[in-house]
Amino acid sequence: MSQTVDKIKPGYPLFQQPEYQELFAKKRGEHEDGFDEAKVKEVFEWTTTEEYKELNFARKQVAIDPAKACQPLGSVLCALGFEKTLPYVHGSQGCVAYFRTYFNRHFKEPVACVSDSMTEDAAVFGGQKNMFDGLQNALALYKPEVIAVSTTCMAEVIGDDLNAFIGNAKAEGYIDKDFPTPFAHTPSFVGSHTTGWDGMFEGFMRYFTLNEMEDKEVGSNGKINIVPGFETYLGNYRVIHSMLQEMGVEYSLLCDPSEVLDTPADGEYRMYAGGTPIAEMKDAPNALTTVLLQPDQLVKTKKFIDNTWKHEVPALNIPMGLDYTDEFLMKIAEISGKEIPESLAKARGRLVDMMTDSHTWLHNISFSVYGDPDYLLGLVKFLQELGCEVKHILCNNGNKRWKKKMDALIAEAPGTADAEIYFKQDLWHFRSLVFTNKPDFIIGNSYGKFIQRDTKAKGEEFEVPLIRLGFPIFDRHHLHRNATLGYEGAMYMLTTLVNEVLAKLDLDTSEMGRTDYGYDLVR
Amino acid sequence: MAIRQCAIYGKGGIGKSTTTQNLVAALAEAGKKVMIIGCDPKADSTRLILHAKAQNTIMEMAAEEGSVEDLELDDVLKVGYGGVRCVESGGPEPGVGCAGRGVITAINFLEEEGAYEEDLDFVFYDVLGDVVCGGFAMPIRENKAQEIYIVVSGEMMAMYAANNISKGICKYASSGGVRLAGLICNSRKCDREDELIEALAAKIGTQMIHFVPRDNVVQQAEIRRMTVIEYNPKCNQADEYRTLAKKIIENELFVVPEPATMDELEELLMEFGIMDEEDTSIIGKAVETA
Repeated sequence: MSQTVDKIKPGYPLFQQPEYQELFAKKRGEHEDGFDEAKVKEVFEWTTTEEYKELNFARKQVAIDPAKACQPLGSVLCALGFEKTLPYVHGSQGCVAYFRTYFNRHFKEPVACVSDSMTEDAAVFGGQKNMFDGLQNALALYKPEVIAVSTTCMAEVIGDDLNAFIGNAKAEGYIDKDFPTPFAHTPSFVGSHTTGWDGMFEGFMRYFTLNEMEDKEVGSNGKINIVPGFETYLGNYRVIHSMLQEMGVEYSLLCDPSEVLDTPADGEYRMYAGGTPIAEMKDAPNALTTVLLQPDQLVKTKKFIDNTWKHEVPALNIPMGLDYTDEFLMKIAEISGKEIPESLAKARGRLVDMMTDSHTWLHNISFSVYGDPDYLLGLVKFLQELGCEVKHILCNNGNKRWKKKMDALIAEAPGTADAEIYFKQDLWHFRSLVFTNKPDFIIGNSYGKFIQRDTKAKGEEFEVPLIRLGFPIFDRHHLHRNATLGYEGAMYMLTTLVNEVLAKLDLDTSEMGRTDYGYDLVR
Repeated sequence: MAIRQCAIYGKGGIGKSTTTQNLVAALAEAGKKVMIIGCDPKADSTRLILHAKAQNTIMEMAAEEGSVEDLELDDVLKVGYGGVRCVESGGPEPGVGCAGRGVITAINFLEEEGAYEEDLDFVFYDVLGDVVCGGFAMPIRENKAQEIYIVVSGEMMAMYAANNISKGICKYASSGGVRLAGLICNSRKCDREDELIEALAAKIGTQMIHFVPRDNVVQQAEIRRMTVIEYNPKCNQADEYRTLAKKIIENELFVVPEPATMDELEELLMEFGIMDEEDTSIIGKAVETA
């Protein structure tokens, strides 16, 4: 008995013990019918070669470790950002369990989201009955003030019509006629989580403003609308609030899930907390204009704002790093007529100070990065500002339009000019890139850790450490509470990057009497 | 002897259901134990055998009971003329849901409930006109129907459809045991119809297993919700169906079809005068208005 009640060991040290090691060896030998270690090693080595990379990029039929999630995941996050709103997914139950788990693991919070659990007969007859009962039950049980409906692929494949089903549910009295039910069709087999967020947000705008436009006048409420897009760094919502408040600008942050995804442990469960009031959405067409924080990912949203709200949406980038934040604040100042206050100028100065302090350590450090389209534009821009190099930029849910923007951006600095840009590619492609043209670091979400492990398996000198920025981050705690936008966000990213660089240097120079001439106390 | 599972395909309105039920009645009369499985949301594949307007379908019953798991075989299986066992898969109303999925659900249910384990000689699947999606190919997937009969007439569109269905069969024939077993010509009294269908059969690599002439007695029987075999067993038409049944019992020509190309098919139609030589000068030209 290697596990005893007195001293319970977790899996890792426990399985190192001889009896478990013998067990594993026996299982491999007697039941797995695998290849010997030499063969495994040989094939592994082959997967790290240029030859394999070419085969890998010729691959057409299969995605391996995609760096994106599906549409309804995004629509659920969007719905969570509105006051007393219950995300409701029309379709199969397992999908919704996946969305909840995905968010649970990232935010370490419960996530309220329901499904109308379509089963086999619903797949044949259509899911209208599920919609009737589902809306009625969800309302009775969870007492939301808004139900935001999106779909899984099951409902999409059979062509269920949300507008008709929800309308019929109201006509037949399952829920009140005036009960708000914004909705969006979110087929998982098209686009990604960012498309789903965009679609759901457009659903909100459409539902609450499309037929109420007669009495609306651009600029009449004197506010600026801010649309975040698919945003999982809760600190970013705080940063946007505080920057605009410091400026004394009247604004509406349209979609803000930062309360409900960060509720306190005080004995009270909050199914709903915070969120943008629907009244603000209804009033949004009266704003001076609308600023999109992730414009590349908000195509449908922009089209609706252009055509229905008639706002002149300013051409801005994601406010990440120094320049893009400057541009954002100057544009806000221009639209609102407010000065940029001393406090923000000071924050900017501090960021510049930090950047110069760390410059010696970050200059010429090379990175390979992957993530969502707008985030990558902001990240690459910031890496340029830090004097870093970028070797690979991979955006699984990017498109040609995004690549053109990225092409233009990388040309702006010598450290990024040679960066290779990929879209529609997955993490298995990324692995090949990292093996054949080694960067100093990867920047990505938790899934990048397996690439780090693989590079280390080839040999210490090939190891590429992962720096965790992005979504999802499952294997480190509380990082999502930080910010990546604005000067404050840039400070967090800079701190993270430089300290990972220094930690790696410590690791490389920690061998006593051999490499420790670089193992410095002061850096 | 193993159960012979046969699927009947053909253009919509060609007379699949009528032909299938008359054929099945003839088989039953000859002492064969037969089951018909209707794979069409319209659910009209068993009415002549059951003398009913429309049978309660599997999907209809499942919706009533809550789910397919709550059903038992006896709830959905009815026995009609000559001990023929009848099942209808059913499906959604037009315009909603997924009829193809309904066919899959129904056939899976029948398998799980052991509908095929009885002492049966033949199972016939009467399938919706066009194989619009994977669901309507369910009857010819692995371990289901091995013999496909296509009902056809000498009309151009019926022949196009037959050729298309052959293409569909090829997709499954390469991986499984499904084979084209013949064309059944349900006559529309076109000129040289029998020769034409025989030529088409030869082109695809199969046979015209029987030429069923047109006879009003079929309609007279149908008004009474009966097959000809039952309504007027002594008439000539009943003998035609008996002959068809006999040929099917004795049939041994099961082939992987070689569908004709569009050009080949049109050539054939021109040869028999159904289609004129293409006059390219008239394409895209509207009627001249004064």
